[in-house]
Amino acid sequence: MIFNLIYRSLRQHLLATLVTAGSIALASGLLLTVWVVKTQSQAVFAATNSGFDAVLGARGSKLQLVLNAIFHLEASPGNLTAADFEMIRHQREVKTAIPLALGDNYQGWRIAGTTEALFTDVEYMPGHRYQVGRGERFFQIGKLEAVVGSYAAKKLGWRVGTTFHPSHGLIFNPQAEHHEETYTVVGVLAPTNTPVDRVIWIPLEGVQTMKGHNPLAATELSAVLLQLRAPEAGMMLNLRLNSSGGRLTFAYPIGTIVAELFNKIAWFDQVLTLVAWLVAVVASGSVLVSIYNSMSARARDIAILRALGARRRTVFGAVVGEAAVIGLLGATAGFAVFAGLAGSVAALIQAQTGVVLEPLQWNPVFCWGPAVFVGLCILGGCVPAFKAYRVSVAETIAPVS
Amino acid sequence: MPLLEVKNLIKTYAAPGGQRPDASAVHRVVEVAAFTLEAGEQRALRGESGSGKTTFLHLLAGILAPDSGSILLAGKEITKLSEAGRDRQRAESMGYIFQTFNLLQGHTALENVELGMAFGHGVDRAQAVALLQRVGLGDKLGHYPRQLSTGQQQRVAVARALANRPKLVLADEPTGNLDRRNAREALQLIREVCRESGAALLLVSHDERVLAQFEQMQDFMMINRALATPPTVFPR
Ligand SMILES: Nc1ncnc2c1ncn2[C@@H]1O[C@H](COP(=O)(O)OP(=O)(O)O)[C@@H](O)[C@H]1O
Ligand SMILES: [Mg+2]
Repeated sequence: MIFNLIYRSLRQHLLATLVTAGSIALASGLLLTVWVVKTQSQAVFAATNSGFDAVLGARGSKLQLVLNAIFHLEASPGNLTAADFEMIRHQREVKTAIPLALGDNYQGWRIAGTTEALFTDVEYMPGHRYQVGRGERFFQIGKLEAVVGSYAAKKLGWRVGTTFHPSHGLIFNPQAEHHEETYTVVGVLAPTNTPVDRVIWIPLEGVQTMKGHNPLAATELSAVLLQLRAPEAGMMLNLRLNSSGGRLTFAYPIGTIVAELFNKIAWFDQVLTLVAWLVAVVASGSVLVSIYNSMSARARDIAILRALGARRRTVFGAVVGEAAVIGLLGATAGFAVFAGLAGSVAALIQAQTGVVLEPLQWNPVFCWGPAVFVGLCILGGCVPAFKAYRVSVAETIAPVS
Repeated sequence: MPLLEVKNLIKTYAAPGGQRPDASAVHRVVEVAAFTLEAGEQRALRGESGSGKTTFLHLLAGILAPDSGSILLAGKEITKLSEAGRDRQRAESMGYIFQTFNLLQGHTALENVELGMAFGHGVDRAQAVALLQRVGLGDKLGHYPRQLSTGQQQRVAVARALANRPKLVLADEPTGNLDRRNAREALQLIREVCRESGAALLLVSHDERVLAQFEQMQDFMMINRALATPPTVFPR
């Protein structure tokens, strides 16, 4: 019966019910999004290493090196020589060394020069190798060929056979000269959900031998991506390379360096989370206000129920229940808001970094988030419920004439 | 044993502060030395407006607590019960009919009747439907109060008052808001359904036409001694 009372009351104040449930839905969707994006991006970014344990680059910030070489963001901190590559390649701790040369773009899409070994020798995730479509292949060293990451290919509309002229620089500048050479796409990589998807890959010698490059740079690399024989071996290399005070930076372990980035921007997370909580509190406040405002009009109904034998705590419970149902409706609808909002944020993050979040993957916030909202609404509902509790039956039901 | 036995019942209100400088002044509204009602009996009380009839019924229903005195309903002392106990007593064994019907506007006729059962022994839909059929509204179960005439609304209220199979029905000027024909019919209906269900009926009114229908009629003036003495100031 109490459920019917709640249902009737919600229906009687349908507009207020929808508006307040809607505000809860928005608040809940926002909180879920902030929380999921925050936790997932930390986990996913820290796990993004394209299958490498470490990066070697010119003297500079380790974070910049990782962002440049692994995430394909930011500028290169400087160049390495071919001798550096030879040196690191022959360290006994090093299993695989992949050279990387950056410095060109096509309409803002990064062009990276590397060797075929990247595709043939490296698992970008345990158990996952790079693949191209049927009848496609990886580029051949010495040829003007390219393999395109899936996201870049999709956005550029490129297929096997597409030709293009690279432009100088990492950032697209319409005025910049472009290279005379015409490259032909020979393969489109299957999606890896990593930054690799946003890159156009060409043979290393290509970048190095293209006209217009400083001839000195012919032997220069931006970074070397490294797989180690044993993860612990990185500590030894780290000591040897970083403490030598030389021209080199050894970024290891990659995950820890990315985690440091998240620590640096933790305040941003905290501000976002705080805003989400504030919105949550305001939305629950709207439930309080909306029910409270209808309380004077409902005093008579409450007095009638009391006269029929309803106890004070029953009418109190009915009002609290009403708030709880609004909270439940709102929190449920909040999942739709969350799906839309988190989907857009994930798309944005993929466009900017190539890293793919899966916001719909199970997250404990899916449980405690709605519970918190229902709880806040119940708390808010207690205020008007107390008013209902205190209604004087005799004075309300038969006003003194 | 009478169904209802009232002894030395006193109810006072604090006099409105604005009227007297002495804020502790109290206004005695009900002072009933003795009043009894037998099971199944039907009785009317005549009283002018302001004579404390409504207050008296509220006391009997347990909506108000008296200052002192005793109310025995079927031998059970109501005034000793907690408020929740009195609510339960009312839900289980009393029906109340108001001058202004007091139907819940957001609920249908059937749901209003079901609400009359909800807080007592529980909802029995078949019984609620049967009651509405009994008061001639079998075809209006799903109607909301605003879709019913005043006469029909009062009939829903009558069905609701009897929904919990009460031992005692209290009616406070139940025909005051009805025209003459509807008033006569409503009164007849109230008396019939109370008789059929074996409930005692205590009706208060100032309307002579209503009062004339009852074989058992008492002047509330004679029962309520608070009316004999003019409002007094009691030092607390
Ligand atoms: N809540 C109250 N506070 C103060 N005085 C009240 C209150 N309720 C009723 N009274 C007074 O008690 C008297 C009796 O009222 P009531 O029982 O409603 O009479 P009736 O039903 O016979 O018209 C009136 O004088 C009224 O002003
Ligand atoms: Mg009255």
